[in-house]
Amino acid sequence: MSSVAQVLTTPEQHQATRARSETARGVLRYLRRNPSLGVGILLLLALLLFVVIGHLTVDTIQYRPLSTRPLQPPSLELPFGSDKQGRNLYAVMVEGTPLTLRIGLLAGVIGVALGTTLAFISGYYGGLVDSVIKTVVDVGLTIPGLLILIIIGMRVRGGLTVDQMALVVGLLAWLFPARTIRSQVLTLKQRGFVQVARLSGMSNPEVIVKELLPNLLPYLGASLVGSVSAAILASIGLEVLGLGPFEAPTLGMTLYWVIYNAAIINGWWWWWVPPIIVIAVLFIGLFLVAVGLDEIANPRIRNRV
Amino acid sequence: MPLAYVARRVGMFFLIVWLAATINFFLPRLGGQDPIREQLISQAALGGNVQSGLEEMIEIYNEKFGLNTPLWKQYLNYLGDMSRLDFNYSIANYPQRVMEIIGRAMPWTLVLLTTTTLFSWVVGTLLGAFMGWPRAPKFLSFLLPPLLSLSAVPFFLLGLVLIYVLAFRMRLFPLSGGYSPGTFPALTPTFLQDALRHSVLPALSIILVSLGGWALGMRAMMITTRGEDFVTYADAKGLKGRTIFLHYAIRNALLPQATALALVLGQLVSGAVLVEVVCSYPGIGNVLYEGIRAGDFYVVQGIIFILILSIGLATLILDLIYPLFDPRITYQRT
Repeated sequence: MSSVAQVLTTPEQHQATRARSETARGVLRYLRRNPSLGVGILLLLALLLFVVIGHLTVDTIQYRPLSTRPLQPPSLELPFGSDKQGRNLYAVMVEGTPLTLRIGLLAGVIGVALGTTLAFISGYYGGLVDSVIKTVVDVGLTIPGLLILIIIGMRVRGGLTVDQMALVVGLLAWLFPARTIRSQVLTLKQRGFVQVARLSGMSNPEVIVKELLPNLLPYLGASLVGSVSAAILASIGLEVLGLGPFEAPTLGMTLYWVIYNAAIINGWWWWWVPPIIVIAVLFIGLFLVAVGLDEIANPRIRNRV
Repeated sequence: MPLAYVARRVGMFFLIVWLAATINFFLPRLGGQDPIREQLISQAALGGNVQSGLEEMIEIYNEKFGLNTPLWKQYLNYLGDMSRLDFNYSIANYPQRVMEIIGRAMPWTLVLLTTTTLFSWVVGTLLGAFMGWPRAPKFLSFLLPPLLSLSAVPFFLLGLVLIYVLAFRMRLFPLSGGYSPGTFPALTPTFLQDALRHSVLPALSIILVSLGGWALGMRAMMITTRGEDFVTYADAKGLKGRTIFLHYAIRNALLPQATALALVLGQLVSGAVLVEVVCSYPGIGNVLYEGIRAGDFYVVQGIIFILILSIGLATLILDLIYPLFDPRITYQRT
């Protein structure tokens, strides 16, 4: 099985590598062949652009309550209107979008870093450590992370800052990467070049860092994007349940206030439309990028999406 | 089915349940303080007509989990309570037992989740099977982008949009709740009809989102299966396209879909919790939300334990059924 995979992937991976190393035109040409990656990147760039333009056109301090008159529908002065506590919703979005991204990125990086380390230890060395890690991951993945996060969130009620929240979410984010990367390590370590490296006297850590890690980079990228997306989902879930950082204007907290104040059935549409659009664009963008990166990492699944 | 396989799965189930109880016990106690005790005392200090009951509860609590009892004994006490599914009283709604509250809410969640999951799994899988088949009608390929976008969005986000569009704007369905105010849950036709009307929105938001995921997964598996040698061989043999589609492609592509069902169970449950909150649906998720808002540790711990127990049980059942369907599966541990 692994030898077949090797024959099938190597030239494709090679092609993918070449495309990336070429000039911008090469990148564009590649994106045309891999449209999900292109569209996904575009969506995320659009969000970034929104944040940058926002920072230039509004005083973000107005995300705080009482900065303007409450419950104003959108107007020239307040493009997104204001909420019941007098937050300028434009400023809330501009300030909150990067905060949510920050939670996702921090937690995702923690998760992938922890998960990769464990995956390499588990997959490469095998033995008892492998059995223990594998069982822990299997059990852990059965339990919904959100439920564990709820218990932690209740313990540190209200005192959670954005970064602490990222840390808490990140503590559970390693399970899934650990499982998927472990299986990649298992197939990779059977390959010829790893055997050669070992026979030529490389130490185990050296093999991992110099031989295995570079070959898994596209795969790690894909699982990082997946983890970021999962972490954002978990953090928004916690926030909607009322366990988020109350002072921060993150997307999830905005939705919490929307639900808390029943903004939907009161007809205050401007309050909830922007966060929903931003969250949807964020998730769809991340999903498409993950699909696109998957294609780079594993060209055999081309045409799947 | 070899006994070792069954034993391993059952062992896994008990490991999950034990872990759930242990997390429930230790996480709130991290940092030395006991927030449950604090909550109990502050609730009792509020006074009111249930105060004497609460004081009794504190006494029992101190005996079982107080500072005089060593931690290992507290832990054993807790495990004992959990194994009897004794979650104590609700702190916020004192005379009610947590198990009573869960028992009232559980049928709602159970019905909502099983019907939506089964429905979206079956329909999504069929849809994906056609989408991954070259001889299928062309219009199906236009479904891909919307399904793809929907599958990336969380359930509750779609729920919010649906409430606005279908309930608030078009007034097709009730805005929130599980049944009309003033009626009482009973198994009468009128009530069931009312409950059904109320459950359309939460159900729809779960179905539409998960439909995309199942369709995408099945489509991918179909494309992979399509390239397998046995399909080419069946084609070369001159078998009818329908036969190949039904008996060669679908049957083989279906198996990973069944495995995936066991894998996403947890995500489904946490997604449904938030949908219930958004739709004020009277299920477990909403009770959990109320419990969190009131700082009612007993309710939250009870629900978390019950949910993990149910997920563990469902996973166990799926794991045990699965080998019956897939002759290729090996029972040895990998």
